[in-house]
Amino acid sequence: MSALRRTPLYDFHVARGGRMVDFAGWEMPVQYRSILEEHRAVRRAAGLFDVSHMGEVEVRGPGARAFLDTLLTNDVGRLAPGGVLYSPMCEPSGGVVDDLLAYQRGPDDYFLCVNASNIAKDVAWIRDRAATAAADVEIVDVSDAWALLALQGPLAERLLQPLTGAKLGLIRPFQFAEATVAGVLCLASRTGYTGEDGFELYHAPADSVALAEALLAAGAPHGLELCGLGARDSLRLEAGYPLYGHELSAEISPLAAGLGWTVKLGKSADFIGRTALAAEKAAGSPRRVLHFRTGDRRIVRPDSPVCTSDGTVVGRVLSGTLSPILNEAIGSALVSTAFATSPLFVAIRGTEIPLQIVRPPLVPRSGT
Amino acid sequence: MSSIPQDRHYAKSHEWAKPEPDGTVLVGITDYAQGALGDITYVQLPKVGATLAAGAVFGVVESVKAASDLYAPAGGTVVEVNGLLESAPETVNQDPYARGWMLRVRPASPGATGLMDAAAYGATLT
Repeated sequence: MSALRRTPLYDFHVARGGRMVDFAGWEMPVQYRSILEEHRAVRRAAGLFDVSHMGEVEVRGPGARAFLDTLLTNDVGRLAPGGVLYSPMCEPSGGVVDDLLAYQRGPDDYFLCVNASNIAKDVAWIRDRAATAAADVEIVDVSDAWALLALQGPLAERLLQPLTGAKLGLIRPFQFAEATVAGVLCLASRTGYTGEDGFELYHAPADSVALAEALLAAGAPHGLELCGLGARDSLRLEAGYPLYGHELSAEISPLAAGLGWTVKLGKSADFIGRTALAAEKAAGSPRRVLHFRTGDRRIVRPDSPVCTSDGTVVGRVLSGTLSPILNEAIGSALVSTAFATSPLFVAIRGTEIPLQIVRPPLVPRSGT
Repeated sequence: MSSIPQDRHYAKSHEWAKPEPDGTVLVGITDYAQGALGDITYVQLPKVGATLAAGAVFGVVESVKAASDLYAPAGGTVVEVNGLLESAPETVNQDPYARGWMLRVRPASPGATGLMDAAAYGATLT
C-alpha cells in the first residue's frame, strides 16, 4: 500500500478542522464541522470543495475529435471550443469504465476530467484504445498539473464575480472560459456535482492556497462553508447524480443507470459499447437503478437487500444517506426490472421500511 | 476537546451514567463518542418500562457514517427517555453531557460497577 496522496490544500484543510480520510488513495476532508450543515449551506448559499484529486487527461491532435467520438457514448461532435460534455466511457460490453467531463479547448485540443479512483485505469484504457485504432492523437495524463476547487450554490456567481474581470454571466452551464480569479489564472467551468449552480475552477497547484483563501474570505460573510466529501456525496445523491462504483460500474450500464440521454446510438461514430447498448435498449435493461426516499430518518446502507412484500430479494442498495433537506433517508438501488414497479422494502434492524420510488432530482435546484 | 464532567461515571464503550438526587441514573454518550460518530441522524431508544442489563445493548445511534450499538452502563428499569432526540438527534452532538441525555434508569442495585471516573476515562482517550 503506497502512502496516501495529498492535495496542495492539505494543510489548509487541517488548519480549518477538516477531518481527513482516505478516499481513492487521497487524504481528503470528509467534513469540517458538520456534513449536514455543509450540505445545507450549499443549498442555501454556497460551499467550497477541494476536488483536486480528480484526474485530467489531455487528448490532442488531428484525430482527437474522431477518436473521442469512438471512446465516449455521448456526442462529442456537439461540442464547440469552450464547451463541456458529460459522458460515460464504456467497455464493449456496455459496462462503464468511467464517467467524465470532456472539455474542448480548441479544434484538436480536448481534456477529460475523470474520477480519482479511475485515473490509472482510464489512462491505460484510453492509450490502449488509441493504439488499437491507430488514432492520430497524443494522450497526456496532466492530473498533477491541475488543482480543482468547486464553488457551488445559488450565490456562486455573485460571490465569484467581484474576484474576476471575466463576465461570468456569459459562461452558461456546461461552458468554460479562462478567468483570472483573485489573481489566479483559472479555467472556470460552469459545472458541478451538487445540483446547484456553480463553478469548478481548474488552476495550478501552486496557486491553490491563495485561491481557496480568497474564495473563503469573499464567501464566508455570505454563508459560504468549506465542504468535505460527505456533503459532496449527500448533495449528489439528492440531485440524482451517479457516483462511479455505486450507480455506474462495469456491471451497471448507462442505460440501466437511467443515463440513456448520454448514449447517442444515432451518432455516426461507431463507439465502444454501441452494439451491446443498442441490444440492451431494444430488449430493455434487465436491472435498473431506482432512486428512493423512505419517510424515515434511519439511513438505508449500501448493499442492503431490496425485497418485495413476500421477502423475495430483487435488488440491492447502491447508495444511501440522510437528506438534510428532506429530513429523511434517500438512496439508490439496483432492482430487477420485472419488480421495478412492485412495492419494495428494505429491512433496518428488523423493521421493514417501504421505499417510495422517485424520479431525481429529489431536491429541486435552489432559486437564485 | 471539552472537559469530561466529574459528576458521573464512564464505560469503555463511551457511555456515561450520572447519579441523580432521586436515586435514578441518567445515561448518555460522551463528547468523544459524538465527535467520532459525526452528525447524528437517528437515536433508537428502548421504551419506558424496559428492563436493561448492565453492559447489554440498549439502543442504536446512527450517524451519516454508520450505525453503532449503545451499551447500558447501568442495569435497571427505564423510567424516562429523552423525547427530544426523536425530532432533534443532533442535540447529542451539540450537548452530549446535558440536553443530549438518552435514558433515565432506576437502577436494580445501587452503585455502578465496572465504570471509570472522569480521569480514568480521559486516560483511555489519549
